[in-house]
Amino acid sequence: MELLYALALAVLTSCGIYLMLRARTFPVVVGLALLSYAVNLFLFATGRLAEAAPAVLGKAEVYADPLPQALVLTAIVIGFAMTAYALVLALRAQGELDSDHVDGKGDH
Amino acid sequence: MSHLPIMPVLVPMFVGALLLVLRGSLDMKRAMALLATLVQVLLASLLMVEASQGTQVYALGNWMPPFGIVLVVDRLSALLLLVTSILASGALLYAIRGDDAAGRNFHPLFQFQLMGINGAFLTGDLFNLFVFFEILLIASYALLLHGAGSARVRSGLHYLLLNLTGSALFLIAVGTLYGVTGTLNMADMALRVRELGADDAPLVGAAGMLLLVVFGLKTAFFPLYFWLPRAYAAASAPVGALFAIMTKVGLYSILRVYTLIFGAEAGPLADMAVGWLWPLALVTLGLGAIGALAASTLNALSAYLVVVSVGTLLAGVSLGTEQALSASLYYLMHSTWISGALFLLTGMLQRVRGPRFAARLVAGPALPHPMLLGGLFFLSAMAIAGMPPLSGFLGKLMLLGAVGSGREAAWLYPVVLGGGLLALIALSRAGSTLFWRHTDVAPSGEPLDGMRLAATLLLLMSSPALVVFAGPTLEYLNQTAAQLLEPQSYIDAVMSVAPATGGTP
Repeated sequence: MELLYALALAVLTSCGIYLMLRARTFPVVVGLALLSYAVNLFLFATGRLAEAAPAVLGKAEVYADPLPQALVLTAIVIGFAMTAYALVLALRAQGELDSDHVDGKGDH
Repeated sequence: MSHLPIMPVLVPMFVGALLLVLRGSLDMKRAMALLATLVQVLLASLLMVEASQGTQVYALGNWMPPFGIVLVVDRLSALLLLVTSILASGALLYAIRGDDAAGRNFHPLFQFQLMGINGAFLTGDLFNLFVFFEILLIASYALLLHGAGSARVRSGLHYLLLNLTGSALFLIAVGTLYGVTGTLNMADMALRVRELGADDAPLVGAAGMLLLVVFGLKTAFFPLYFWLPRAYAAASAPVGALFAIMTKVGLYSILRVYTLIFGAEAGPLADMAVGWLWPLALVTLGLGAIGALAASTLNALSAYLVVVSVGTLLAGVSLGTEQALSASLYYLMHSTWISGALFLLTGMLQRVRGPRFAARLVAGPALPHPMLLGGLFFLSAMAIAGMPPLSGFLGKLMLLGAVGSGREAAWLYPVVLGGGLLALIALSRAGSTLFWRHTDVAPSGEPLDGMRLAATLLLLMSSPALVVFAGPTLEYLNQTAAQLLEPQSYIDAVMSVAPATGGTP
């Protein structure tokens, strides 16, 4: 399971970084979203991966560390808000600079 | 348990939220925002008095460390709260004369930004630091765009994307640190890092260096400062002035994390950032000075001078001795307030010269009150370039005194003095263009505004004040530096918190 998880993270991260380097606002925003998924999954994994271990006391023999789950929730909320803001700003830049390049250059 | 330590976070939060939903007149909102900011000056002063008697720890919701989140007020936190609140008062005094009407929700955003900054200075929890970083960043994204304009949209997009990437790195670093040490409380983490086995040390070291990259992005040192001149130069005057504290948030985080968690007692990871910070500081200083020389507007010049001050501060931090740290903190107070004043002065000149010339360094129409404006510019230029008898000189002198006479001195002297010289050349060229060269065009600017002038003066007067009251200031700063180099007192204070029993109001 660890290997699969790590591979998934690697794919998400590398796709995210590739898209961010495209220097067009839409791929950059999608890339940032992928990167934040990878980060959230990574944060979740810091509580160690285990099966049948709820983060509640008394429900099972072993219980998971609840803190990473709380951290992930916070990170998701913040990441969601930031992505939304980035999209709005990208649209605004598109309207104002008439280009979807992150530098606002008209290279098409 | 006194509830004073949480107040610098609560006051701007509630006032900001109230300003957001209130449908009153702009004048009333201005009064409220100003009052809230002045209250924060008072709170910071009170906390400073408390912190000089001993480190104050506030356990949120009475959850005990290391499991609950704590706010820690030591001398450094209290000092930076005061620096922030005074800078914010100056910026807000300037803004209420019209800059706040250029877009909606200036005042709530300003308060939220203050809440994020204050929180970042106060928190003793690494993940909480991330959350406060995000609060101050999301407010700053919106403030940067305040008043719009295509230059602001472009630099705003860069600033946003860079910082989002930085946030992702921050989370990876925090996650790794939590995964290995099993704690997020900084004091507890410091204890765990000391007992780290040989297997885990490289992993924690990697996370620590990742944190340095994140803080470096906020502090804006080489090679991560390229966003700063563009963003700061595009911001409106009061926002640029408030942003003068933003680089110091990153610097504070570096100081905190690399003295407390990865300090001298951190076993295999002891003092791991110092070797990196020293060359980066010198390069930042040099490149900032060259950038200042090449700047074509006064905004860009002021922004590059912020980069120069970051380099100078970082040099002091990486020297790491008590004397160097206290010199750095003195320079931090000076550079924050004077950079703020310079941004406000730039904003005033921009208005007086009219939209056609704005802050571009070209000959424009004759200025009203040339003696007054020129005098103010002269004063701020002297202060920021580090000429005697003002505070910049004193700060640099102490820093150079702290370096001793070894190989480090051979590097620091030429870079600091050369950087100062370049800044002086850039500033005198800017000043002579702005105040002495005129074209025959009719003046199209606004008249000078008294309140804006007062706001600029308030920040500018901090420089002579820092010189006059250098004795008591340095006494406080020396003890701050000693406290920073003695992380055990911080750790003991946090780990020995006892739960408050019921009955306290």
